[in-house]
Amino acid sequence: MNHSAVAPQNKAGWAHFPHDADVGVQGWGATVAEAFEQAAHALTAVITHAEVRPQVAVEVKCEASDIELLFVEWLNAIIYEMAVRSMLFGRFAVRIDGGRLDGTLWGEPVDVARHAPACEPKGATYTALKVSKNVDGTWSAACIVDV
Amino acid sequence: MDPARFTRVDATTWRIEPRGAMRVPAIIYADEDLIRGMDDKVFEQAVNVATLPGIVAASYAMPDAHWGYGFPIGGVAAFDPDQGGIVSAGGVGFDISCGVRTMLTGLTVADILPVQTSLADSLFRQIPAGVGSKGAITLDATEMNAMLSGGARWSVERGWGEARDLGRIEEGGMMAGAKPELVSDRAKERQRREMGTLGSGNHYLEVQAVAEIFDASAAQAFGLAQDHVVVTIHCGSRGLGHQIGTEFLKEMVVTAEASGIELPDRELACAPINSEVGQRYLGAMRAGINCALANREILGHYARRVFAHFFPNCDLHLLFDVSHNTCKAEKHAVAGKQRELFVHRKGATRAFGPGHESLPEALRPFGQPVLIGGSMGTGSYILVGEATSEEKAFSSACHGAGRALSRHAALKRWSGRKIVDDLASQGILIRSPSTRGIAEEAPGAYKDVGAVVAAAEHAGLARRVARLRPLICIKG
Repeated sequence: MNHSAVAPQNKAGWAHFPHDADVGVQGWGATVAEAFEQAAHALTAVITHAEVRPQVAVEVKCEASDIELLFVEWLNAIIYEMAVRSMLFGRFAVRIDGGRLDGTLWGEPVDVARHAPACEPKGATYTALKVSKNVDGTWSAACIVDV
Repeated sequence: MDPARFTRVDATTWRIEPRGAMRVPAIIYADEDLIRGMDDKVFEQAVNVATLPGIVAASYAMPDAHWGYGFPIGGVAAFDPDQGGIVSAGGVGFDISCGVRTMLTGLTVADILPVQTSLADSLFRQIPAGVGSKGAITLDATEMNAMLSGGARWSVERGWGEARDLGRIEEGGMMAGAKPELVSDRAKERQRREMGTLGSGNHYLEVQAVAEIFDASAAQAFGLAQDHVVVTIHCGSRGLGHQIGTEFLKEMVVTAEASGIELPDRELACAPINSEVGQRYLGAMRAGINCALANREILGHYARRVFAHFFPNCDLHLLFDVSHNTCKAEKHAVAGKQRELFVHRKGATRAFGPGHESLPEALRPFGQPVLIGGSMGTGSYILVGEATSEEKAFSSACHGAGRALSRHAALKRWSGRKIVDDLASQGILIRSPSTRGIAEEAPGAYKDVGAVVAAAEHAGLARRVARLRPLICIKG
């Protein structure tokens, strides 16, 4: 069973990390935007390991005073769209300009039989929240998500 | 955690003396094994809470405490508004007023067994559970506000509940001071089609049998007898509460800084109770409490309908409905003086002792029922609040077993399919849309709930009345 995914060039990927009651999501990539996109895959994997088809595109915008708070805003924007549209998302594009983020989420309505959703994220938290540039120049973004 | 890090006051009281920025000590109620089993993060988080302005007496953690976000899960802390006390969105949690209700069926195990499978299937069909499930109720703007003001009373008025239930719900089923106009449109949008849904994760509806009685007179007052069957529902304020928590957490990071409050962890974001943001959060959070009370009342109504189909003469009576993620204004005696405090309970149950004015007459001589959810395999407990609980932890007790293993670790260790089969062979029927969800909630991922409630009893928080074993579990 898949708890992580690493792209062939090993520069981008995501993982879950353990927490007593909830779950940690982490993404990494060549840029902050790519790390955010990868972390969004980790968020979807909290709910399902099944394929999510990119049938519908949804645009989100968020703002925050620093990059870590912006990461939480991004995850919460996805959680909100999942909840009100009853959708799951499997493809993500992020553009960051200072404290502003424009994102595109591609996904499909929840299919209970096919996606067998395990649990529902309630909100992204500031616990274990870290967005940082690694020594090799890649970026990493992580926090605990309440489920 | 290493017990040597604490001052051991007695067998179930472990104290962290104030140091650094701590304004009060931190006290964890647990036996030595439970302390050893707790993550070091519980120590860190209990210490962090003790640094918050206006905290009274101590930062407490219950025997089921585990690593949360900001506050530990199982954390209790009271703040005095006149001493600069704060209210914290993280200290309540995202699932505002998540809680448990237990309903008496008047049936026995022998009544259930012949229909156990079809009853499980019917409950699973009728109770919307899990991601992607659809509720039958859609609220327009007027009804949304009426629900957020009226709580379970609103559900009853709309025909989704019984008026006699209200006295058996905290706050009489309706939290005063709710301000629906302070709940954002986004939070309301998240809830528009969520009423009467169970949610997912550790939320459940269980049909349970009374397996053991510890206190015969309290059990009799509660209507519990050996082999009698009850229905227990664990869920909260759904998307609305989650969104209120998310939005105020974000805002309080800024206001804490503006108020000069140093946060050891941003998740402890808070605002002074006597501030515009603090008051606004309380108004919205109380509306969130009403949402949870309304939702559990509707789910109780759905359970009644299913039981009436199988047992036409069956009439489910609510034993009690408790919330375990709240901040409530309560009067408590502190060093002999009555003070009005704002008590945060995050993964902790209010546990009023005998004689408390808020309790219905039939329960008042005994104390408040404290409903403890266990795991799918091991069962649950019904406790009663002790008089000593006020002095120990502002009338609070544990709320569940507490996780021993992360979801991540549970998923590596167990197969959901095998858990369903193993439990079926023990007479416990599990119904869930997700076998992975079952693996993440495996009974082995939880602490020994028996040890947790024994520690709560030893510590004088709440006393055991009955143990329940599951017959049917509907998991989200």
